Amino acid sequence: MSLLDYFKSSKSSSASIARERLQILVAHERTSRNQPSYLPKLQAELLAVVKKYVNVDENAISVNFEQDEEREVLELNIILPDETTH
Amino acid sequence: MARIIVVTSGKGGVGKTTTSASIAMGLAKKGHKTAVIDFDVGLRNLDLIMGCERRVVYDFVNVINGEATLNQALIKDKRCNQLFILPASQTRDKDALTQEGVGKILDELAKDFKYIICDSPAGIERGANLAMYFADDAFVVTNPEISSVRDSDRMLGILASKSRRAENNEEAIKEYLLLSRYSPERVSLGEMLSVEDIQDILSLHLLGVIPEAKSVLNASNSGTPVILDKESTAGQAYEDIVARYLGEDRPHRFINEEKKGLFGKLFRSK
Repeated sequence: MSLLDYFKSSKSSSASIARERLQILVAHERTSRNQPSYLPKLQAELLAVVKKYVNVDENAISVNFEQDEEREVLELNIILPDETTH
Repeated sequence: MARIIVVTSGKGGVGKTTTSASIAMGLAKKGHKTAVIDFDVGLRNLDLIMGCERRVVYDFVNVINGEATLNQALIKDKRCNQLFILPASQTRDKDALTQEGVGKILDELAKDFKYIICDSPAGIERGANLAMYFADDAFVVTNPEISSVRDSDRMLGILASKSRRAENNEEAIKEYLLLSRYSPERVSLGEMLSVEDIQDILSLHLLGVIPEAKSVLNASNSGTPVILDKESTAGQAYEDIVARYLGEDRPHRFINEEKKGLFGKLFRSK
């Protein structure tokens, strides 16, 4: 790597940081764009119910909504804690 | 059949009105009867950019309310007899625009005009929503800046869900990217997102890149759409954009840094 390259690569950082931040953000916002508005509430209530019986973590429940041309899929994922932790 | 084009962006200050004025003038100069409508109720500005601010008598809301006819409110451009401007109202009444009223006016314009350009206000409130609701084509004006790119993506989501075409399950609005205030020099220094970066993120068809140019401010100062400034790089970029939109195949310009000698560097950008 020549000295010139060194200066170039250090300078290219701000645009590439912008690109990375945007790619992540836009991808995230796009997936949540088409989700029904009740999803966050559904997730919170499900968590409350599950917690009554199993001591799960806040992040142990994920509710995913996917849509393609033919169908809509509501995916519910609960990670139960290891037996040993009980 | 008239074609309705919305010029939108979400973010303010990216060049929507500058773009609307130049695109409308460009289409009219090509011989197509064109109307350009300012949807920014309360903050009228298209009249200034078009240089007809002193000829405004009636406005968009007057026509919707039946206080004036469309012909009374339309201002005929003095430079091109195919171009007409419908100014926004200065009312502070947020509900002055109604979907029904806007639809009626667009229907009436469509009988007589080939192109109707809707200059959207910034934001995602009523004026912006109504500017895009009836559109056939959307020109998404974006600056190579993260907030602008993000807002553009938000607008694409709204275009896809809250438009007449979406609600009637018709063919989707055609979306085009217009990248403005672009500086190839800063891109090659790694200080600015490149055309490829932005196209990659938004996955939009690129209609043209408008370079950052001093001529844009000069043009708005004097109330002349910058497309009429043949010397200006921004004006030439808009000329290309109009030609491409009308189906001409023109190679993209102003994307790469111009090779300038020391002399050129001393006398930077027009």
